Amino acid sequence: MGDQLSNNGIRSQGKVHPLYFLGLTSAVAILFVLNLSLGSVSIPFPELLDILMGGEAGNTAWEKIVINIRLPRAATAVMAGSALAVSGLLMQTLFRNPLAGPSVLGITAGASLGVAVVMLAAGSITTVFAIRQLSVLGSGVIILAASVGSAVVLLLILLISLKVRDNITLLIIGLMVGNMTIALVSIWQYFSRPEQIQDYLIWTFGSLGGVSLGQLWVLGVVTVAGGGIAMVLSKPLNGLLLGKNYARSMGIPVSRARLWIIISTSLLAGGITAFCGPIGFVGIAVPHLTRSLLGTNEHRVLIPGTLLMGALLLLACDIIAQMPGSTITLPISAVTSMIGSPVVIWVIIRRKNLKAAF
Amino acid sequence: MEEQSAISSRDLAIGFRSAGRRRASLTVADHIDINLRRGEVVCLLGPNGSGKSTLIRTLAGLHAPLDGNIYLSGEHITDLSVKEISRRVSTVLTDRLTIGNISVYDLVAFGRSPYTGWFGSLSPEDEERVAWAIESAGIAHLRERDVLHLSDGERQKVMIARSLAQDTSAILLDEPTAHLDLPNRVATIRLLRALAHETGKAVLLSTHELDLALKAADTLWLLNQKGRITAGTPEDLVLDGTFEAVFEQAGFDFDRSTGSVRLHEPSRGPVFLSGDPTGTFWTRRALERSGYRVNESEKGDIRIEIAVNQRICGFSWIIQCRGDAYSHSSVRELLVELSRLDEAKDAP
Repeated sequence: MGDQLSNNGIRSQGKVHPLYFLGLTSAVAILFVLNLSLGSVSIPFPELLDILMGGEAGNTAWEKIVINIRLPRAATAVMAGSALAVSGLLMQTLFRNPLAGPSVLGITAGASLGVAVVMLAAGSITTVFAIRQLSVLGSGVIILAASVGSAVVLLLILLISLKVRDNITLLIIGLMVGNMTIALVSIWQYFSRPEQIQDYLIWTFGSLGGVSLGQLWVLGVVTVAGGGIAMVLSKPLNGLLLGKNYARSMGIPVSRARLWIIISTSLLAGGITAFCGPIGFVGIAVPHLTRSLLGTNEHRVLIPGTLLMGALLLLACDIIAQMPGSTITLPISAVTSMIGSPVVIWVIIRRKNLKAAF
Repeated sequence: MEEQSAISSRDLAIGFRSAGRRRASLTVADHIDINLRRGEVVCLLGPNGSGKSTLIRTLAGLHAPLDGNIYLSGEHITDLSVKEISRRVSTVLTDRLTIGNISVYDLVAFGRSPYTGWFGSLSPEDEERVAWAIESAGIAHLRERDVLHLSDGERQKVMIARSLAQDTSAILLDEPTAHLDLPNRVATIRLLRALAHETGKAVLLSTHELDLALKAADTLWLLNQKGRITAGTPEDLVLDGTFEAVFEQAGFDFDRSTGSVRLHEPSRGPVFLSGDPTGTFWTRRALERSGYRVNESEKGDIRIEIAVNQRICGFSWIIQCRGDAYSHSSVRELLVELSRLDEAKDAP
């Protein structure tokens, strides 16, 4: 990042960043390993490293726990954190609104509807117990349902976005579509049995532990694709910081950029919600934290920063959620909001200016 | 002559297409034939709501014309891509900037977008161009500042620098001096004039400030409320009465002899002024504000002679009225005396 703008004594934004990036990357690596070392079964740290390096730890139970349970969980935390944070950033820049997040286009609500349909309707045909028995297949069904749900809402929003030129109008339509979707879920819940509702409710708490080693690559592909599109969009996003008119006057094809921003957000937010359930806060807060830390809105720097910051934050939240030293695990979405909201309040008050945080 | 033209239009109609099914549209102005030449500062002047912003947005390719043709450096605008348009025309709009956390340098560098690759990395030429733009706009000392912490005047200069970095033959500015105080207004206009004359750019700026337009423009485009545009040298438009006519429609009373708008209907007087020109100029303003008609000829009851008093380095006013003479040493005293005389005249 630091190679441009750095000659003839200009203290450019790019020049101070390599250190920050080094710091963020190391922090992510440290928390990743820390995350692997924690859990209901305590595994000595040297053995943990052995398992990670080559795998002849001598204790196959430990090996299974690390490779099949903890590694997917930590990897999911990294990908979910990055993906949600970047999709939030895309929405904030597109709508030039500091309160926008991945859920504003109703895509998360779409995923919820998909899951609700499967869980609540399936319950009436077979039983929830049957889905539980199918376990892996069952979670596959839920992921599929969530994907279909978010895809349907995405298509709807894309169609509307082709018709509606104004971004604020699109934002409001997105929020309304989300509301309608949630209302459908409510109606469905109203006519469902309590056990079914409980299953759905548990899904809405969010979970990083539901992704198996075999499904991890799907999540990886979705995250890399969405994140890659976001990186390629850096230049149009920078232009959009000044608003639609300025962006266009600087040669940026705004409509096309907007389409790709929506596609990228949908992949990221839709994909993560499908696998992990709705995880709040990360998408709205991480972009603000990253801007505060790096002091720039230049997306070529901000996007990688947000990716790392998102991973870092969700790993940290997951460590807290596992309540080291106890057997309880807290719902991840609650932890992200509990930890994150005060952090954001602190950052905004410290900067004494909401606009500065944007 | 033709290659000197940065932007021209033939029979252009501007306005808004309604989104409804009935393809009805609102025409703001039509039959616009204009030619914006390089090296020239043009002020687009018109009352509020006459379509200045719409015209600027349309010429910049940000707003679709209702009808007619626009040519950018001789090429039809519809034959050009968004990127190609952005290499010919840059804009400074009234859209408010709401972002922070971006340095002046980075913001100006966004102006290189039409030339950079997909990732927006700056080449050494780009960097040179950005540095030149910052230097030319006189904001080198602000280079590292966060744009959030700029004053309105500084921000306007930054946006102008950004449009300079865009390296276009024409710069279109929508109300660039609104919200600016007088020194900043003067500085902005000076900068634009210098740019036009030194770099051969065509500069079009819209404004509703008469005084500014008359002083700053090489050419004036007058947009009246009926959607007609008249182009010409400012002084020609004043002398042939076009100027007066446009503003009369908008309810202004433009005074050709002073080049300013009359705020008050004269109800008293007439008064004849003579003497020191500077003193006369300011006395006239005070009198007109108080509702006196200031006469060109010596006819009338009241004559005021203004003299520079060498001893006390000030002015003195001598009123001659029906054979009497009164001397005063300030405009305030003069006005008090005049209203006393008025009352005395009305009383008997």
